[in-house]
Amino acid sequence: MAQLTNAKVKPPRRNSPEYREYLRLKLRAAPWWLYAIIAIAILTFITIFTNIPFQKAFLFIKAGLSVTITTTLIAFIFALVLGLLTGLGRISDNTFFKNLSTLYVELIRGIPMLVLIFFIAFVGIPGVVNGLKAFGIWLTEIGVSGIGGWLSAIKNEVPMNTRAVIALSTTYGAFLAEIFRAGIQSIGRGQMEAARSQGMSYWQAMRYIILPQAIRNVLPALGNDFISMLKDSSLVSVLAVRDITQIAKLYAGRTFQYQEAYITLAVLYLTMTILLSFLMKFIEKRIQKNEQR
Amino acid sequence: MSSADDMVVIQDLKKHFTGIEALDGVSLTVKKGQVIVILGPSGSGKSTLLRCVNQLEEKTSGEIWIDGEKLTHNSKQIDKIRSEIGMVFQHFNLYPHLTVLENITLAQKIVKKISKEKALENAMAQLKRVGIPEKANNYPAQLSGGQQQRVAIARALAMNPKLMLFDEPTSALDPEMIKEVLEVMLDLAKAGITMIVVTHEMGFAKAAADEVVFMDKGQIVEKASPVVFFTNPTHERTKLFLSQILNH
Ligand SMILES: Nc1ncnc2c1ncn2[C@@H]1O[C@H](COP(=O)(O)OP(=O)(O)O)[C@@H](O)[C@H]1O
Ligand SMILES: [Mg+2]
Repeated sequence: MAQLTNAKVKPPRRNSPEYREYLRLKLRAAPWWLYAIIAIAILTFITIFTNIPFQKAFLFIKAGLSVTITTTLIAFIFALVLGLLTGLGRISDNTFFKNLSTLYVELIRGIPMLVLIFFIAFVGIPGVVNGLKAFGIWLTEIGVSGIGGWLSAIKNEVPMNTRAVIALSTTYGAFLAEIFRAGIQSIGRGQMEAARSQGMSYWQAMRYIILPQAIRNVLPALGNDFISMLKDSSLVSVLAVRDITQIAKLYAGRTFQYQEAYITLAVLYLTMTILLSFLMKFIEKRIQKNEQR
Repeated sequence: MSSADDMVVIQDLKKHFTGIEALDGVSLTVKKGQVIVILGPSGSGKSTLLRCVNQLEEKTSGEIWIDGEKLTHNSKQIDKIRSEIGMVFQHFNLYPHLTVLENITLAQKIVKKISKEKALENAMAQLKRVGIPEKANNYPAQLSGGQQQRVAIARALAMNPKLMLFDEPTSALDPEMIKEVLEVMLDLAKAGITMIVVTHEMGFAKAAADEVVFMDKGQIVEKASPVVFFTNPTHERTKLFLSQILNH
């Protein structure tokens, strides 16, 4: 086995007894799981494009792709910001921010994601909206009518797509916070000390010295969480957001073609996640190459 | 307490860590242009003393003046005084994600607000001074330990410091690289830069030090000129330490 990990080993001559052994080991070490996935995907695509019921299901469900993708992308960007701020809060010397960020992370960690999505969409967001409106009315009463009028005019009906994005980014913000915290803590103390000894402020040292190194270290973990988020975005279908999961559900309910709908749905997710993990491997390789400068 | 030709005045400095008195009443005056070498066994408080001078460590009690200015808790003052004190660490602590030039120009630009051109010019001058201008565009990982430490010295010098602190700058180096770093430090000493150097390099102490300070258990045991210190030390603890160092 060991010799196979070394790509430089020359294959033995064909038809020699060593060659059979070499072939056996090589076959055993191949990523069969990957070939299987690719085979499944190809087979399903062939089915989708040759079999009329599957084709219909696919054409119907793909209408949800843009919602799935934009929800994930926007929510991930917000989660990155929230996660970075919370991660910085977790390691901060400021008692208030430290406790606030820890509270947030622990709350989110202790509640199932599906429950969180319901809670944020139907309790959290209406609560915040009502609070803001009450604040606006109070401001108007005490004479600050500009901001007051603007706040009290907020519509009650926050669109479900927006609620979905807020719910996903709030949830993932807590996960990403832990990644950022670990990344920052992985940078040796000497880096901060060197920067501070040159007269940089804490934030300058963070911005120019610690974070660039920390973020580079956590890129693979962030990529993994992006893929997880793409999958977890299916949960927002419970808010009647028309992502691919919701649309597949609708299609299955209407046509009773459960197999066609859910096989197509599963393959769509699988295709996206596999493409993304290839993209990540590619980016990681690029970064590694850069580091060997 | 601090006269015009004093660069550092330390008075009855104490630093307490849980369970240990790392500095137990240290008083020391460093005059402008002086080179002070600090010797002492491991754990005697040498690093803590240097780190209190640029406030990487917060003192428990006592007073410190740098160039006549008394150190306070004011974070603006702390940042300003740190920018005027160069520190060289045992493990170099170069910024690995930046090139050698970027390592040397960054703090000039964001702390001292020097223009990019001036900062670059200054950086190249400092790199020439430490003898490796050809490494300007390399990354730290591509340099030998000795070269990295010379870049770290250049990085500190580029801030035009009043005072340089060296904490065992050659202890992490392979033997063949110690000389190139010591030569650079010797040049700085000759150029009249005020330096406090923690090192076990006796050759450097003899050649460059105006005074040698021996520390043990958080206190200064003996302070003397190199000649007196190495030929005729007063205290038993100093003699013991010297015999251990010279015999190994
Ligand atoms: N951050 C710290 N926390 C607790 N104890 C420390 C810390 N830094 C240093 N010490 C202790 O203070 C004493 C002096 O340490 P140090 O100044 O590093 O000694 P030296 O540099 O002479 O070897 C040692 O006993 C060390 O263990
Ligand atoms: Mg030390």
